[in-house]
Amino acid sequence: MQKYSIFNLVKNAFSNHQNWDLAWKDPTPKEEYDVVIIGGGGHGLATAYYLAKEHNITKVAIIEKGWIGGGNVGRNTTIIRSNYMHDENGLFSEFGMDLWRKMSQDLNYNVMFSPRGIINLAHSDAQMNAYARRGNSMRLNGIDAVLLNREQVKEIIPMADFSDNVRFPIFGGLMQPSAGTARHDAVAWGYARQADSMGVDIIQNCEVIGFDVNAGKIKGIRTSRGNIKAKKVGICVAGSTNILAEKLNMTLPIETHLLQACVSEPVKPVLDKVVTFGAGHFYVSQSDKGEMVMGGDLDGYNSYAQRGNLPTLQHVLTEGIAMMPFLSKLKMLRTWGGIMDMSMDGSPIIDKTHIEGLYLNCGWCYGGFKATPASGWTFAHTIAQDRVHELNAGYSLNRFSTGHLIDEKGLGTKTWIS
Amino acid sequence: MLYINCPHCGMRSQNEFSYGGDASVKRPEINKEVSDQEWDNFVYNRKSLRGKHLELWQHISGCRQWIKVERDTATHEIFRTFKADEEVA
Repeated sequence: MQKYSIFNLVKNAFSNHQNWDLAWKDPTPKEEYDVVIIGGGGHGLATAYYLAKEHNITKVAIIEKGWIGGGNVGRNTTIIRSNYMHDENGLFSEFGMDLWRKMSQDLNYNVMFSPRGIINLAHSDAQMNAYARRGNSMRLNGIDAVLLNREQVKEIIPMADFSDNVRFPIFGGLMQPSAGTARHDAVAWGYARQADSMGVDIIQNCEVIGFDVNAGKIKGIRTSRGNIKAKKVGICVAGSTNILAEKLNMTLPIETHLLQACVSEPVKPVLDKVVTFGAGHFYVSQSDKGEMVMGGDLDGYNSYAQRGNLPTLQHVLTEGIAMMPFLSKLKMLRTWGGIMDMSMDGSPIIDKTHIEGLYLNCGWCYGGFKATPASGWTFAHTIAQDRVHELNAGYSLNRFSTGHLIDEKGLGTKTWIS
Repeated sequence: MLYINCPHCGMRSQNEFSYGGDASVKRPEINKEVSDQEWDNFVYNRKSLRGKHLELWQHISGCRQWIKVERDTATHEIFRTFKADEEVA
């Protein structure tokens, strides 16, 4: 594989950049693989990469219905954080933060990781207490957390509404300074390029239409481009999880919902943090191009539409304007939607299944993008070793029947409430 | 914007309703031994498929009745609506 470097950049400039190698190949599916990963999104590509890198398993195929990176890894708001209270989520995400910090070097691909910090705003004394508790839990798990008072928040984000007669005054906030953003497409492309160079077949435009299971053991998959034998199969398809589960006669604690995001027209640098509104569900950051990147609530009913509905967008942006009134002056550039695999406790599932050789990675809710490296790393471990790693031991499929839920937000099973 | 035909009030905008999830889920019978699996299926497990979906909505800013709505989860087309206690054929 051609290394991306300043030297190669200069060298290729002499041939008008016409002679770069393709970043990944377009192979036809082979008859058999050791591992087949269904879903060529961030998590699937990362899983294939870590299978090859950490476990030396390279007879791997990624089967993608559309094109790689066309799903949620290309539709998110690029936020990376590990500001969780529960141990399972905190330790898993913080392991991921380490992978994020090294990712550009590791993949030889600039993922533009920008640890600019995230601030969750608090709008009452009770919320400040809750944030102090969460911050302490984070620090006990080795995650950086700083509790800010009103004046400290004002110094960092003076453009927020600090006037006295607002409905939700800013009391303070909880900041994780090491959180940030990254270039989402680059993450998918970087993983794809490295996985391909280590021998992984990335097979696009190939839809899975069924599974071959014999005596409780996976034998292979049936696709729109023929049957593929596989010793192990990993499912990594986010919002489409239930569609594949039905083909396996499995019913999962997952509902598919739609989440929207939007960007404004680009403006000069104004906001150098990720900020979330604490009295509702709204978050904003500024992209390198200057657009304000915003998101919030689910549309609120089961959906596979991949496009949003205006009432929710209006509701979310009303919160945004309450938090930062200057946003009302901006024109909207784009809005889009992605379909989320909402689990019934808000936490993911990375586990084996009752079928031998079949593994499941789903339930990422709103938080799939930031989990990309840690999800791929632990899923690769689970597949390669046929047992879960301690980092994803809590993300079991049977926790719903045993009562070991990881309900970070305390929402219960109504995933559409936020 | 969805428009939902409330069987009590007529056609109203989505803004008047709140969502209540899959309407095909049945609570296990009272006074009967219920297995863990049955509870799981009632509380957590959902089909949530692409296509026709029977779901509960509450006309929260209208008559406040719960209703059933048959809607396509990909196109959002609403086919039929029912009163909460109406049997869906």
